[in-house]
Amino acid sequence: MQLTAKHHEYWNRNLIITSVLLALWFVVTFVMGYFARELNSITILGFPLGFYMSAQGSLIIYVVIIWYYAHYMNNLDQEYGVHEGEED
Amino acid sequence: MATQSTAAFTKQLTKYYSFYTGGFIAFVIVVGILEQMGVPNKILGYMFLGATILLYAGIGFMSKTAEVSEYYVAGRRVPAFFNGMATGADWMSAASFIGMAGTLYLSGYDGLAFVLGWTGGYCLVALFLAPYLRKFGQFTIPDFLGARFGGHIPRLIGVIAAIVCSFTYVIAQIYGVGLITSRFTGLEFEIGVFVGLAGILVCSFLGGMKAVTWTQVAQYIILIVAYMIPVVWLSVMHGYGPVPQVAYGYALQKVTEREKVLNDKATPDGAREESVRQIFRDRAAAADAKLKSLETGGAGFLAEEKKKLEDKVAALKAAEPQDAKAVAAAEKAVKDFPADAAKAKEQWTKDKGVSARAAPIKPHATPFQGKDEKASDIARKNFLCLILCLMVGTAALPHILMRYYTTPSVKDARQSVFWSLFFIFLLYFTAPCLAVLAKFDVYTVLVGSKFAELPAWVSAWATVDKTLMNISDINGDGIVQLAEIVIGGDLIVLATPEIAKLPYVISGLVAAGGLAAALSTADGLLLTIANAMSHDLYYKMIDPNAPTTRRLAVSKGLLLVVAVIAAYVTSMKPGDILFLVGAAFSLAASGFFPALVCGVFWRRANRLGAILGMLAGLGICMYYMYMTYPFFGVKAPLWWDINPISAGIFGIPAGFIGVIVGSLISAPPSKEVQELVDHVRYPSLEGDISTVGT
Repeated sequence: MQLTAKHHEYWNRNLIITSVLLALWFVVTFVMGYFARELNSITILGFPLGFYMSAQGSLIIYVVIIWYYAHYMNNLDQEYGVHEGEED
Repeated sequence: MATQSTAAFTKQLTKYYSFYTGGFIAFVIVVGILEQMGVPNKILGYMFLGATILLYAGIGFMSKTAEVSEYYVAGRRVPAFFNGMATGADWMSAASFIGMAGTLYLSGYDGLAFVLGWTGGYCLVALFLAPYLRKFGQFTIPDFLGARFGGHIPRLIGVIAAIVCSFTYVIAQIYGVGLITSRFTGLEFEIGVFVGLAGILVCSFLGGMKAVTWTQVAQYIILIVAYMIPVVWLSVMHGYGPVPQVAYGYALQKVTEREKVLNDKATPDGAREESVRQIFRDRAAAADAKLKSLETGGAGFLAEEKKKLEDKVAALKAAEPQDAKAVAAAEKAVKDFPADAAKAKEQWTKDKGVSARAAPIKPHATPFQGKDEKASDIARKNFLCLILCLMVGTAALPHILMRYYTTPSVKDARQSVFWSLFFIFLLYFTAPCLAVLAKFDVYTVLVGSKFAELPAWVSAWATVDKTLMNISDINGDGIVQLAEIVIGGDLIVLATPEIAKLPYVISGLVAAGGLAAALSTADGLLLTIANAMSHDLYYKMIDPNAPTTRRLAVSKGLLLVVAVIAAYVTSMKPGDILFLVGAAFSLAASGFFPALVCGVFWRRANRLGAILGMLAGLGICMYYMYMTYPFFGVKAPLWWDINPISAGIFGIPAGFIGVIVGSLISAPPSKEVQELVDHVRYPSLEGDISTVGT
């Protein structure tokens, strides 16, 4: 089994999307968590923002991150011809 | 065996589970009608527990199998959507279902570390592990370590780590099972544990992973319905509409206003709170004074104090007319007086602890509260570290990762992580809002009401269990103050149906949901332990030529043995459940995560690296817990003020350093191993090797 340049490109694009989504995960979790005291001075719909982000907002973003990754990678598999057959 | 296409199979499953859900709702309605006809609550409780356990047993029996791949990975044909539900049930334990909202009620913002940690971890599962493990496609997590790093040692360490963290976690689950069974049927806790155990075994014994998967889907449906109904009802009752998760902000505002009023001595309500707090402060001060005198006076002081009490009894007895009640109380005080100096010290130190109840209310939405900025920064540091440990631990617990072996393809594995988190998210983003709604009720309805006319749910729970609801008129004004109430965390979910004035049938439903949550997690964990021993230890390392029948027989035998040992350990009620759970996460995070991730993403990682990494991670993590957790009695100073529950914060980097150093000082892995790395990275390759386990 020999990997072609195309295969390497696929893997690099996987690494890039992984890093981008991981950075988003980090910001939502740790940067927002770190500044929760400051974010709480903003109020939206009756919620202090820092509280709402940790209680609900971040969770919604996590779900979106995973959905986007699955969607992106499944398309990438098709594009680079490394997808599985129907009956694997 | 795969005679059906995935699409047809999914359609069939959807049909089955729709019928099942409809049937379950019909069952709840029938029980509701029986309640209206006057059937006693205890019988209704038995009906709920009996019916659900029978149902799980039925699914378990129908899923019996003699095929290895069905027993270990459910035949690898679980569609993404259903695997998501099964993972949700596998993941959400008794601690999530019953404990989470209560933790948030008691600790406010800082409790959100659990909500964040136990959901955000799935991002790591999705990005780093699930698709690659699915492509590898064998049976257990130690399988991957064994194939990727070669030799028996990485596999063996993997087996040990899997057993240690799963066993710690399963004890907490069986504890939950025992608690719910005993509370709703009136059985002894110890008997409840073994009854629950029978419920766990009927699911997994005959059909292994296949049976566990299909019961977990059924259990998920019950647990999510049971969680949502009371919360939505409570929200509608207070006028926040059917989607409380976005509308409870105004309830939170009212709670915050109320906190300010109750903390302000100038308001009438605040003044009443203050009078209770003053009583607690006085009691604490009296206990403190006695402790100090005991230090200087010793046994002499003790005798003097006892003499005073005896004199009081004599004086009361001599009085005319005699006050029988006062005499009895004074005699009791003499009888309860500590026998020696050590006992006295213990007793009075405990009395001094009531000063905690004199503290002002902590604002619910304010993060990282501390007496000064330094304390607040330490709280923030621990909050963030705990989140990281819980997240990385999530992405390393074998019973969760194992579930991604069961999907039909890599594509399905990726989608399945999405469905998993979605189904988990439904419960976790509801818990914070339940905590606030319950607090709103307690602060506005209960506080300020008269002791003579307490709400029904308060008096009911106060008579059932003092640890969950303890309320007494401390300052004797006949009105309830917040400082006069002590609430146990588990009460919040258990009492919500009653707070929302729903009929008892919904309380039974909540109990069934809690049981489903505990059983499903215990199932997954026990299977992980039994598989690590039967597949990795017995088949792969001791007897690779064992025939299929013997492999399955060994596996089932071990399942039984492990289950009985776990139930036995649980019935002795060991230590702090929350710490056990936290410890399992830190251990998994430090032991597995670095080796697994480097195994996929770093081609150069090799056997020595994996061995060093896993040992260093586990070693540092265990060492720190041993040195700092009070239970072990060493009580060494903390490193950078990090709490023992977050020991993984040192274990995880130690694990990565171990993998990197170990790999660089020894030869690169062989060509075959490098091919394996390529194999897992691409869902499909021409001329690909095959690693699917048989």
